[in-house]
Amino acid sequence: MFGRLSWSSIPFDQPIVMGTSATVGLVLLALFLLIIIKGWWGYLWHEWITSVDHKRIGAMYMILGLVMLVRGFSDAIMMRTQLALAAGHAQGYLPPEHYDQIFSAHGTIMIFFVAMPFVIGLMNFALPLQLGVRDVAFPVLNSVSFWLTASGVLLVNLSLFVGEFARTGWLAYPPLSELAYSPGVGVDYYLWSLQLSGLGTLLSGINLATTILKLRAPGMGYSRMPIFCWTALASNMLIVAAFPVLTATFAMLLLDRYCGFHFFTNDLGGNPMMYVSLIWIWGHPEVYILILPAFGVFSEVVATFSGKPLFGYRSMVLATMVICGLSFVVWLHHFFTMGAGADVNAFFGIMTMIIAVPTGVKVFNWMFTLYGGRVRFTVPIYWTLGFIVTFVIGGMTGVLMAIPPADFVLHNSLFLIAHFHNVAIGGVVFGAMAGYTYWFPKAFGFKLNERLGKAVFWCWFIGFYLAFMPLYALGLMGATRRMQHYPDTHWQPLMVVALAGAVVILLGIALTAVQLAVSIRQRHVNRDHSGDPWNARTLEWSIPSPPPAWNFTQLPNVQRTDAYWHAKEEGMSRGALPSSFVDLHLPRNTPVGVFIAFFAVILGFALIWRIYWLAAVGLAGAVAVALVQYWRTDREIRVPAEEVAAFARAHAPPGHDAPSAELGPVVPGGRS
Amino acid sequence: MSAAGQALTGIPGVPLALRGPAPVRVVAGFGFWLFLLSDIIIFAALFATYSVLSGSTAGGPSAAELFDKRHVFLETMCLLASSATCGFGLLAIQRTDARAMYFWMGITFLLGISFLTMEGREFASMIAAGAGPSHSAFLSAFFTLVGTHGLHVSLGLVWLVVMLLQVATLGFQPMVGRRFFCFALFWHALDIVWIGVFTIVYLGAK
Repeated sequence: MFGRLSWSSIPFDQPIVMGTSATVGLVLLALFLLIIIKGWWGYLWHEWITSVDHKRIGAMYMILGLVMLVRGFSDAIMMRTQLALAAGHAQGYLPPEHYDQIFSAHGTIMIFFVAMPFVIGLMNFALPLQLGVRDVAFPVLNSVSFWLTASGVLLVNLSLFVGEFARTGWLAYPPLSELAYSPGVGVDYYLWSLQLSGLGTLLSGINLATTILKLRAPGMGYSRMPIFCWTALASNMLIVAAFPVLTATFAMLLLDRYCGFHFFTNDLGGNPMMYVSLIWIWGHPEVYILILPAFGVFSEVVATFSGKPLFGYRSMVLATMVICGLSFVVWLHHFFTMGAGADVNAFFGIMTMIIAVPTGVKVFNWMFTLYGGRVRFTVPIYWTLGFIVTFVIGGMTGVLMAIPPADFVLHNSLFLIAHFHNVAIGGVVFGAMAGYTYWFPKAFGFKLNERLGKAVFWCWFIGFYLAFMPLYALGLMGATRRMQHYPDTHWQPLMVVALAGAVVILLGIALTAVQLAVSIRQRHVNRDHSGDPWNARTLEWSIPSPPPAWNFTQLPNVQRTDAYWHAKEEGMSRGALPSSFVDLHLPRNTPVGVFIAFFAVILGFALIWRIYWLAAVGLAGAVAVALVQYWRTDREIRVPAEEVAAFARAHAPPGHDAPSAELGPVVPGGRS
Repeated sequence: MSAAGQALTGIPGVPLALRGPAPVRVVAGFGFWLFLLSDIIIFAALFATYSVLSGSTAGGPSAAELFDKRHVFLETMCLLASSATCGFGLLAIQRTDARAMYFWMGITFLLGISFLTMEGREFASMIAAGAGPSHSAFLSAFFTLVGTHGLHVSLGLVWLVVMLLQVATLGFQPMVGRRFFCFALFWHALDIVWIGVFTIVYLGAK
């Protein structure tokens, strides 16, 4: 009746797990009660949960990422504490089987449920605004994507309380992840939560790629798109091309585990190394899926706050697309030690070094943009400068490991851990934080507190170096990853320094929450009345903050790159009203996304615990919801012209109620 | 589904990239093309896996001993013919000719069912002969690759029924037409994948 689920699935004997679960439960209960008592439920349901507005969905992705950052970071600080303690004869406080779950959960959560929501959230929010259009290509699908990601998140967090998580590392290599060696439900939690969220990511990749390629304002040819749109295009094309491989690979492992197939088993002809190869065919492009949009954010930030056009726009585009292509021919550098032979290793080593070239081009472009600019030292530019320094170091250690003989020494050492945290934190996290600070006033109408923002930056920056520079040294001294305990007490001082670094980062994360709370309280002081608080260059700043549901009163007519900057230079004022208003048709909000995710959670949970009747219920429910949506014909709401006009008049600066051109008339085809 | 903003189309002399948001029909079709590409990449991963494992028979039967090429040829003909009838059905939709549409799509459905039945018979006979998917890595890869294609055909048939019900209840609305167009793309893509299966798995059996 209940498959493998029983009361013994709940780890009552583990005080850390039970304490955490109880705390999380109480926080959720308190939040729920607060929502009920304050009567916020209707607002949340109508304005957020069922919203198909890309701006709202983007903001929800960011909130999801921030919440999961806390979860992923809790794992991190537990590991650092354990390693600061467990030297010599001391065993620390985490037994190996628990420690193994923690590092697996940390990697899984940080990549799939922190970095991905951050990046997809920023793209969701900014792309249609930068492209000068009203929404993404498939707004309802967008909501489904978000909620599928959220259902993956829910399953991963459920594993803390009901059952266990994988003890296999974040990529679940077989044969360890096969049923013979991981008989529990941990790997199943891993696989099903990532299958669900991976489907969400794939759909969102299709959606955003279609948006960029098919929905742009009149006149916005490819060579006039902001760089963030270009990097997002590359990232989403990589999602479309890489995530199906992840789905297929996980499906094969699932067949091994559930149906006794022999893809990756040790016996009957199975080939575990094929899993490693397949998973990295997804995994290496994934690295660029995350970092390319961050590059895009830095490009926007550096141009805006230098008051100059981005140096080398065309070379930036070219570098982005070259990285996009090359990212598919370097995957083997993750397992040089597999023994593919000197020729194969040499090829992938050289390709890996080559991919550093376009990245170097980008770094020089950012520096030349800063050079000679009148740089305003705001929080986003702090993140950018911190990124340039940190990422270059991380990139160079990567090139170092691209040399196969060097990799044989450093493979799976803490040197590698230091390297990829160096690029993941210095690149993706710094980029996400820069983008969050940069676009926050556009999303909510007020700026984040500047002083606290700088404090957050310094905590992350100093904390990162304290936490990870010792790991480079420890790696060279022979310390490996995924060890719960080490006999050599000489390593302990560096481990303690790394813990101190993690504590500094913890302070930074805490200050992010403080910054948000303080900024909300001070919102009247930091209010953005102009819609353009940074004196920026691209179209999203030409509309009020926060933008109306329809984004643009009339679609802008784009003549060149940095369209809004040139409009300002030519004296075309923001907020000038069009000569006439028309009714607008917007997609109607729908709960289909959250309902499908609800049934998807049931499906995933039932499959994890092998409760097959319940799985059938979950699947049938999801299909039924989709079919109901398929028959709906009232998919749009009409926004009357008077409402559009009223909004535009209310947000027009004084003296601009006479009809005039905002960014030129809506006649496409004007070419500069 | 809404293409953001008013579509500005058909303006002569203006390059496509500068014309502003594409019409809904184009956007929907393009998005579905991207989905199909991603689906084909799933098959690419399965084809690659099959190629690696096709010799790993673990002492069990090999491809050459198992497959009946005449049977598979008939299967192939069913599927290819169904693509043609699906094309005729789509032409009928463009003429909003309901009777012709039901006729051709009905034949498409029957051909799809025949294909699935034949595939099911092949699978059943293999399993009965002790060559089930858990017998060797080769058989795991075979059943997964061919089975995934079969699963797609099954889902395609369900979708076809849903689309026929949509026409019956909603009529030939533009929305329904767009979806039928996407279905046809899906159906043809399955043919292309099958040609790969036929060539690599069955004709390539050693």
